[in-house]
Amino acid sequence: MSLTADDVRRLALLARLELTDEEVDAIGPQVTKILGFVEQLALLDTEDVEPMTTALDLDNRWRADELVPSLTNEQALQNAPAKDDSCFLVPPVLGTAASKSSH
Amino acid sequence: MSKHEITTIIGLEVHVQLKTKTKLFCSCSAAFGAPPNTQVCPVCLGLPGALPVMNEEAIELAIRAGLAINCSIPPMTKWDRKQYFYPDLPKGYQISQFDLPICADGYLEITDPEDPDSIRHIGIIRAHLEEDAGKSMHDEQTGKSDTRIDLNRCGTPLLEIVSQPDLRSAAEVKEYLTQLKLILTHLDVSDCEMQEGSLRVDANVNLHIRFDGKKIATPIVEVKNMNSFRAVERALEYEIERQYADWEVDGLTIEDNPKTTRGWDDVKERTFVQREKEESADYRYFPDPDLLPIRIPAERVEELRQSLGELPRETFARLQSQHGLKPYDADVIVNQGPAMIAYYERVSELSGDAKRASSWIQQDVMRTLKDRDVSIDDFLVTSVQLGELLKRVSDGQLDNTRARDVFSYLLEKESTVEQAIAALGIEQVDSSEIDALCQALLDANPAVVDDVRGGKVQAVGSLIGQAKKKNPNANPQQVRETLLRLIGK
Ligand SMILES: [Zn+2]
Repeated sequence: MSLTADDVRRLALLARLELTDEEVDAIGPQVTKILGFVEQLALLDTEDVEPMTTALDLDNRWRADELVPSLTNEQALQNAPAKDDSCFLVPPVLGTAASKSSH
Repeated sequence: MSKHEITTIIGLEVHVQLKTKTKLFCSCSAAFGAPPNTQVCPVCLGLPGALPVMNEEAIELAIRAGLAINCSIPPMTKWDRKQYFYPDLPKGYQISQFDLPICADGYLEITDPEDPDSIRHIGIIRAHLEEDAGKSMHDEQTGKSDTRIDLNRCGTPLLEIVSQPDLRSAAEVKEYLTQLKLILTHLDVSDCEMQEGSLRVDANVNLHIRFDGKKIATPIVEVKNMNSFRAVERALEYEIERQYADWEVDGLTIEDNPKTTRGWDDVKERTFVQREKEESADYRYFPDPDLLPIRIPAERVEELRQSLGELPRETFARLQSQHGLKPYDADVIVNQGPAMIAYYERVSELSGDAKRASSWIQQDVMRTLKDRDVSIDDFLVTSVQLGELLKRVSDGQLDNTRARDVFSYLLEKESTVEQAIAALGIEQVDSSEIDALCQALLDANPAVVDDVRGGKVQAVGSLIGQAKKKNPNANPQQVRETLLRLIGK
């Protein structure tokens, strides 16, 4: 499988990376190589193998539904590049993850 | 609306917020309404190195909800990352469930709005757990100022319930949502308040039109921004009309434009285009390496199933079979929730008259609750009092009018039924007294006697009113019978 320049640009857009044309040309073959390496797995017969969901031999790790104090508002906002008296500030955006997340 | 045979196809995606104390993957409070960014920690802020830990209660609530909507609970479920870049989701991905949801393949029974005596099964494809995003507050005036971000809601547990496209009208959608809310509030799994966002609905709708012997499908529209059950119903009614009208003009089908997104404008009462073409959604799901899979033993699922108790739909059936109520009446009572069901059952048992109990509750009790804006838990007339009162009506000691006087008295003053009856001066009038009263009235009104003898039986009505004035305790039914007996009719 070989990635075209358009494939690379689309991947970059999805990852919110800004690439120059030179970078696209350089990265394309590299990503193709990585995919080729991983593709070797397809050679294995996995017919009767249960899908693996974790590399750890553990499951069912959870906690009780008990409150632990959160950060204070000051602590939460402490490292924010922009903030007002109670909120994080970001440049005007269209849409929200909350409205998208109902997909 | 149409010249052609149309089938409306609707499927719903419903998000409900689960009633846990803390968030899905951290121990911050999941409560609604706190000041911005006061219920956040490194996990929900997506700070580097923070690791999520599952909330056991969220898993239990999801299983209870799933079982109540007839889903199977697969032995293994896992978490996946769904990638988005939005400021209200600071990790850059949402933890959700992709290929192995916690609940699969169920259905919901609803009453067919076209025929109250029949039942429709609406398929449920799956229900999965996921975390909610934060809240963005845009500058609505100029759109130029910065957007403010509150991350309190970030990480609160949601259950997304996805139906099959089995719904055929806006009325069916309303019924489906009503039933779903009834079940989830009954189990105390969610508050299901659309206004507060603890229940959110997205609807996928299109039409199948019979045309020239072929079946034509209009483009699928996902309708969003509906903030009440009423809005959902109106948005879908609007959308069904619009799709047909547009198809008549442009003839576009699902092949031309597979899917668009439209928002509902509650003020203008119409839907408007939000996204013309569905941007090829590429969420690049992959298993979340920070979280372990969940294995639910079959015995645990059975335990939870046993703990569900009687579900609203089962109560609905029992009120008909055991109490002899009509589907409509059973539906009204069940829709009021567990407290009203318990109230009704007590009144019915004590009065020994299920139908009278049902009719009093639907009229007098529910009207008063509405007028005074109180819930049945705070209602001044207890089920024991109403049961005792209605027993007296059934036994013929009180007529309905006098019983209403007692009911009103109990609403105003704390007292027993016995005391209320005494305070109102209600006493049983013995039949000789009624006889004497009626005879006196007949003597004074020979014209009425002639009318009745001439066949106008309804003429006694005026005398019943007079009897009631002379003796408020006189039972109208008894007066009527006595008058007719004395006239010899
Ligand atoms: Zn947190």
